[in-house]
Amino acid sequence: MPRESLGRLELALTDKKMSGGKLLVPYVCGGLGDWVETIHAIIEAGADAVEVGIPFSDPIMDGPTIQEAAQKALEAGTTPWQILSEVRRASFSVPIAVMTYYNIIHHAGHERFAKELEQCGIAGSIIPDLQLDEATDWIRVSGENRIENVLLAAPSTPPERLKRLADNSRGFVYGVGRMGVTGEHASLADSASEIARRLKECTEKPVLVGVGVSNADQAALVSRVSDGVIVGSALVRRLLQGGGPQAAHDFVGELRRGLDAG
Amino acid sequence: MSIMGPPSASGRFGEYGGRFVPESLIPACFELEAVFNEAWGDPEFVGEYRRILSEFGGRPTPVTELRRFSEKFGVRVFLKREDLAHTGSHKINNVIGQALLTRRMGKTRLIAETGAGQHGVATATAAALLGLECVVYMGEVDVARQALNVFRMRLLGASVVSVVSGSRTLKDAINEAMREWVASVETTHYCIGSVMGPHPYPYMVREFQRIVGEEALVQSKEILDGQVPDYVIACVGGGSNAAGTFAGFVDTTAKLVGVEPEGGAAINRGIPGVVHGMRSNLLQDDVGQVLEAHSISAGLDYPGVGPEHSYLASIRRASYVTANDDEVLNALQVLSKFEGIIPALEPAHAIAYVIREAGKEIPLGSTVLVTMSGRGDKDAELVAQLLGDDV
Repeated sequence: MPRESLGRLELALTDKKMSGGKLLVPYVCGGLGDWVETIHAIIEAGADAVEVGIPFSDPIMDGPTIQEAAQKALEAGTTPWQILSEVRRASFSVPIAVMTYYNIIHHAGHERFAKELEQCGIAGSIIPDLQLDEATDWIRVSGENRIENVLLAAPSTPPERLKRLADNSRGFVYGVGRMGVTGEHASLADSASEIARRLKECTEKPVLVGVGVSNADQAALVSRVSDGVIVGSALVRRLLQGGGPQAAHDFVGELRRGLDAG
Repeated sequence: MSIMGPPSASGRFGEYGGRFVPESLIPACFELEAVFNEAWGDPEFVGEYRRILSEFGGRPTPVTELRRFSEKFGVRVFLKREDLAHTGSHKINNVIGQALLTRRMGKTRLIAETGAGQHGVATATAAALLGLECVVYMGEVDVARQALNVFRMRLLGASVVSVVSGSRTLKDAINEAMREWVASVETTHYCIGSVMGPHPYPYMVREFQRIVGEEALVQSKEILDGQVPDYVIACVGGGSNAAGTFAGFVDTTAKLVGVEPEGGAAINRGIPGVVHGMRSNLLQDDVGQVLEAHSISAGLDYPGVGPEHSYLASIRRASYVTANDDEVLNALQVLSKFEGIIPALEPAHAIAYVIREAGKEIPLGSTVLVTMSGRGDKDAELVAQLLGDDV
């Protein structure tokens, strides 16, 4: 795709990738503690983009850590609109993608939600329960509002579908690193490097692997094949345990150094 | 072409249904759809399904005319007796079908969600019958209030996982079963207990429950000299007994009525939303967070409803009404005392509607078929508490 037609998210990630760097996209749950400060801190520590979770009552793709974070945020009265307006006020220096579940968007309406994202300066959307076959209208409407909708590719996705999925993804392609929900694991699943390899064979877009990438070693290992990683639960656990922006900064710094060392 | 035929290629009944699940599960949904379609057209599969439901499940279940009840309320009421099926409810029809499919797909393990425990017990039963491993997910709150059913499942060889996330009830048991399914989909079939979830579940479960309506149509015609009942009524939580019943009558003149619990009335009080893999009516707050349902009946304690019911409501082929907890408790006692049948709290909703509306919405002299989806033994302790009795 010609450079001028790339969206902000894909452009930023592609530029970094072209310069030989590996991509790091941490996940932070919106509404949890001092999440805005946390995002500033992890950007300073080397995040290339940030995935901001909009909590949903029934997060079926998330394991216990992110479930707990979402529940805490909801109990604190967090709403999607609040998160979006805080992102707008913060005007972060790297692209922001929101991660949420489809009912939040469905409830607001595609047009309204896409316009709101655009007005708040958000670059992308990641919706794990809106798979390709159901995503046609959202991809169109979000695209018209300069929002890049990232699709997820799973270890179980067959080859022909993987290609269609990569073609229809914007911003980057999210390779799901293991068959399961988000959460930390002692070792990287073989499926993580495998999904990265399969995606790299069928797309020029940045390929990031998330779900089950738990520390700097695992991030470096899968990034030998992928263009980078998404790290959620390992970071969110530190925040739930009371580590504030500083702990987040330290951990993302570790991930950054791990990726840079290769 | 029946109004309740197959859904569209994308699994839609009108605007409802679909397949809103993580990408990891999509290949399993495609496989299940293909295997079900093939099996449901295979006389050998259908023969085995029907043979097991007859030899093991106690089918066909009878239709019973309620003579004293009818005299008291001035409408002629018949019950389709799913309470007499093995394991005490209509749930057996669905689980035998899905367990046979599991074997056909070469999978060895079943997982299921359960609220009150009826679907969990039925799934554990089917797993024992066919030699499959079985794990049942149940909210911590339900585990505590349905201890007897938990023990029954364990006796049948199943493991029961107590779910501590979210509201710790049926909604969260479904979330947890889906999460577990993502991780084990290669060897495991998720045996969903109602006409809900991603395509093909709402269609497939309705087809496995269709036997209720098909039998009842033949039986009621025999009793009514070739006529169909004026009203066909069933309770609706997810809506599987109603869907199976309606499937038998949807192309006749019978008026179809689904009775929702007052505190979990997705069709009456919800708006379209997406959760648990489907687009359907859903109780939700002003930004789209899913609300908890509150019903005396654990089996109807669900904030959503099967997508085909949203569709039947939207085209006005079926109407959906509500009954409250007090009406339901009363109906349970009336049916017990007048007919010697203790209903489960779920179908007591349908009886409650008949009692309330006989001579009003339901004209005197009407003929009414009600699906008695399950027997009341499981609720005896709760009902005793609510009535202030010590047991």
